[in-house]
Amino acid sequence: GIKVQKDKAQPTVGVKRLVKKLENVSDDEAKEILEENNYVAALGICAQDSVGNDSNVSGGEVYSFQTPKRSSKMAELASELARTPGQSVAPGHSKCPEKTAKTPQSSSMLLLLMHIFPLLLQSKKKEFVSTTPYRLRRRLTVPDPYVESESEYSASCSEEDDEENQKEVGTVLSGQKTPAKTNAAPASPPRNTVAKKIKEDKMTNLMEEYFEAHSSSKVLTSDRTLQKLQKRRLNQQTLHDLLKKAPLAYAAEIEELNQHHELQFSKWMLQLHLGFNIVLYGLGSKRDLLEKFRTSMLQDCVHLVVNGYFPSISVRSILNSITEEVLDHIGTFRSPLDQLEFISKKFQEDSSLELYVLIHNLDSQMLRGERSQQILAQLSSLPAIYLIASIDHINAPLMWDQAKLSLYNWLWYETTTFSPYVEETSYENSLLVQQSGSLALSSLTHVLRSLTLNARGIFRLLAQDQLENKDNPSYPGLSFQDFYQQCREAFLVNSDLTLRAQLTEFRDHKLIRTKRGADGVEYLLIPIDDSTLTDFLEKEDED
Amino acid sequence: SSQHIRELPLVLVFGIATSPMVIHSLLPHSVSSLLCIELFQSLSCKEHLSTIIDKVLLTAQFPFKLGEKVLQVLINIFLYHDFSVQNFIKGFQLCIVEHFYSQPLSVLCCQLVDAKKRVNSLSHDQCENIRRLPSFRRYVESQVSEKQVALLTADSFVKEVTQKLLEDLHVYHENYVSVLRCLHVFISSLPKYPLGKQIRELHCACLENRVWETEEYESSLQLARMLNKSDLVTMLQQCVEILVSSSGKEFDKTVGKLKEFLTQFQKLEAEAFQEQDVSISSQKELRKKTDLYHLQKTLLELKESRRSKKLTKFETLRFEVVDYIDSLVRNYLVPADHKTLHEILYFNTASVLRAHLNAAPRIALHTALNNPYCYLKNQALKPDGGSISNKAPDICIVYKLHLECGRLINLVDWLEAFSTVVTAAEGPHADAASSDQVDDIIHARFIRAVSELELLGFIKPSKQKTDHVARLTWGGC
Repeated sequence: GIKVQKDKAQPTVGVKRLVKKLENVSDDEAKEILEENNYVAALGICAQDSVGNDSNVSGGEVYSFQTPKRSSKMAELASELARTPGQSVAPGHSKCPEKTAKTPQSSSMLLLLMHIFPLLLQSKKKEFVSTTPYRLRRRLTVPDPYVESESEYSASCSEEDDEENQKEVGTVLSGQKTPAKTNAAPASPPRNTVAKKIKEDKMTNLMEEYFEAHSSSKVLTSDRTLQKLQKRRLNQQTLHDLLKKAPLAYAAEIEELNQHHELQFSKWMLQLHLGFNIVLYGLGSKRDLLEKFRTSMLQDCVHLVVNGYFPSISVRSILNSITEEVLDHIGTFRSPLDQLEFISKKFQEDSSLELYVLIHNLDSQMLRGERSQQILAQLSSLPAIYLIASIDHINAPLMWDQAKLSLYNWLWYETTTFSPYVEETSYENSLLVQQSGSLALSSLTHVLRSLTLNARGIFRLLAQDQLENKDNPSYPGLSFQDFYQQCREAFLVNSDLTLRAQLTEFRDHKLIRTKRGADGVEYLLIPIDDSTLTDFLEKEDED
Repeated sequence: SSQHIRELPLVLVFGIATSPMVIHSLLPHSVSSLLCIELFQSLSCKEHLSTIIDKVLLTAQFPFKLGEKVLQVLINIFLYHDFSVQNFIKGFQLCIVEHFYSQPLSVLCCQLVDAKKRVNSLSHDQCENIRRLPSFRRYVESQVSEKQVALLTADSFVKEVTQKLLEDLHVYHENYVSVLRCLHVFISSLPKYPLGKQIRELHCACLENRVWETEEYESSLQLARMLNKSDLVTMLQQCVEILVSSSGKEFDKTVGKLKEFLTQFQKLEAEAFQEQDVSISSQKELRKKTDLYHLQKTLLELKESRRSKKLTKFETLRFEVVDYIDSLVRNYLVPADHKTLHEILYFNTASVLRAHLNAAPRIALHTALNNPYCYLKNQALKPDGGSISNKAPDICIVYKLHLECGRLINLVDWLEAFSTVVTAAEGPHADAASSDQVDDIIHARFIRAVSELELLGFIKPSKQKTDHVARLTWGGC
């Protein structure tokens, strides 16, 4: 390509030279193709995988195009999967039982059958019926050996139910039977031309599907809501209890997988000490695996565990833990970068200091920002700091550009564990889980901003008191009288009524909870965990 | 405010990734006109790569070597992914770590003197490891039967043989490097570079298989047979220099032979004049006036004579030189796989390297979700046909169901579909007692699976319709 552009710069070029340059270009292309083959052979999917995990999946299967979907497809697939081979099918299903006896179908075959079934069922969305016969006809020209088996299929299926659709089915099926039969006959000899036609048909199919999928922006899902289902909403605690009762499927295999991964622990230690950082990826929670690593290998070392999935974790808190607890430095810093400089200086001065940092979910909501990743990358590039992290999100590798990748110096390890994400999802605000009364840090500050200065002072007093007593598990809360005393002394209220009004306001915002003690005294509690409260107070002090 | 400020030289160093015009566009003309700008260019990254490979791999100084596949992986990552020399070095370091971690015989991968000492103190297990090496097995098979028995039973004999073989391997390396450079000298100036332009490409080709059997080598030789005299002479001189400065001790004869060729070329110069007369006379014949028939006859005669023409002295000499180089190649550029005990010094598990450096997390997720049998080796999970078994883990079922939906997914439909599949999986023996509880448990499982999918980034809650989630990926994954 570059040679051709050079030609453009010189307007007066002889024809011969141009021809020669074009020849060079085509040679380059030929060379490029050869080199591409080389690339595919070394790094592509056909390169052998000695692990034997069968993970030779091409990119086209993973990142495929959007295809048009109909609303009943999920229900159909569900009933499809619900049919276990060899077992008798419940009479409620109006499907063909012979399906299970047939030889393995390709997935396109499955899709094809899915198109036939709605014709037999009472389909609510009638508008699709008219288009399916066309698509069916086109699809029927595709797989040759399956054509015959499938036409007899539809014949047997049509014997069952629905009179309404019978006629349409009849016409459709009869319409498709003839092209099917005519295709079956001359199918065998001209194999090549048929294959070519299949490829062309596939391409046009793909194109049509793409435009169909992107054509309408209507939402074609049903309108059922959870209210109508009359299922009681579960809150986090009930969910947790229920799931404890349900046995973990495939526990033995999961254990085996974990054992397999635990063999790598000593290798990880070696590689950490050689300056690499380890990142774990794969389906399943890697929290237990990292815990195991920590308890078995890091007992005698200074280590820091970061729960990335915690909704109010921040890079600031990570750096603070390092400076305060690891380096025993009490003091604040102007910015995270200053803090980082200080940390690196300290680690350089004292060569015996070593820190292992374990980060669960490095790609969590709070840590995935660009600033956070930059700071963590610089932290992990220090020679005395060893980082081992896990990622889960499908787009997690997008967080890192070349600069961060070189700072992080990752070695990737696939540790698919299939363990359920218990801890990580216990903080997610799921649609189906009733929210408990707790507020996160941001909502707390947001609400308090809208209140008066006095109100904020009152709340701060309560928070401070609660934090002082945080080690006491049976702390009932601050009694109303004590609270009033404190507020009066701080000149925040001048009468009982004002305080009560303020407390009512807090209660409306769900900021406090009142409980009547055994002696009839009212106790006030803030239903937020201590760490969030501490963070909140720090933030308030900063402002 | 120092008084010397007029005398102190101030040098500003700018690092630019694009072009020097950037300075002119950043600074105003009044400033840039006062600067005395000098341009320095650093070497391109490909040259850095070549230097590294030259100094670290193509030397007999370091016994550790990379196998062909591994080298290809590293070079391809460099050329096609990031042009990063640092990543290449990182990959190389990883190869070293892997080799010394996973190959127990890598204790012998050191300088020859130390290796010999260590062989003497090898344990019985290590000797067994040696016997299990595929290259050693091939070696044993090629020996006479008494020797075979001795090799397989007597540890001391194995140690002796190992010492000798290691020495052979070191000698092979020394010779290989020098002859490779000589060959590179010859083929680096051929048109279209059939064997590659850089020495690393030639090295990869030689590692892969017997280079003299490849087509590219044939075409290189043919092209070499058409080189002109001055080129040939320069190349031979360079080869002589390389071989003289090499550490291999076998090259005295070779050097002598090459020097002989050079003197013969010099002698040819003197005889060159006599050759010219013959060609001139044939041209004079063509210029005489003739008719068509006679012209045809003369041309045919000339063609015949040219075919049966005796090769000139220069051409014979050229042939000899090329054949001699060919013999050197066949002797010394044997691929490493054919040498015994190469597994001790060569690291060749490219798959490990790729898994650690060039990982694809998305594919791992895709495989795990679509085909859990790959990881959980339970017969119940074996895929029958195209679809997964209904006994698959919850997240796989939920994932498969969501693939069938469009942009928005109705949670209720999803929940129903999920419970259909799961209740069928549990089979008809699912107790009728407390079906409500079972329902609740299925509900709880569904919630957890959906939260997990949200954590993984496949769906997110949607405000567009109540109780709907939005799908974030298309197609297969």
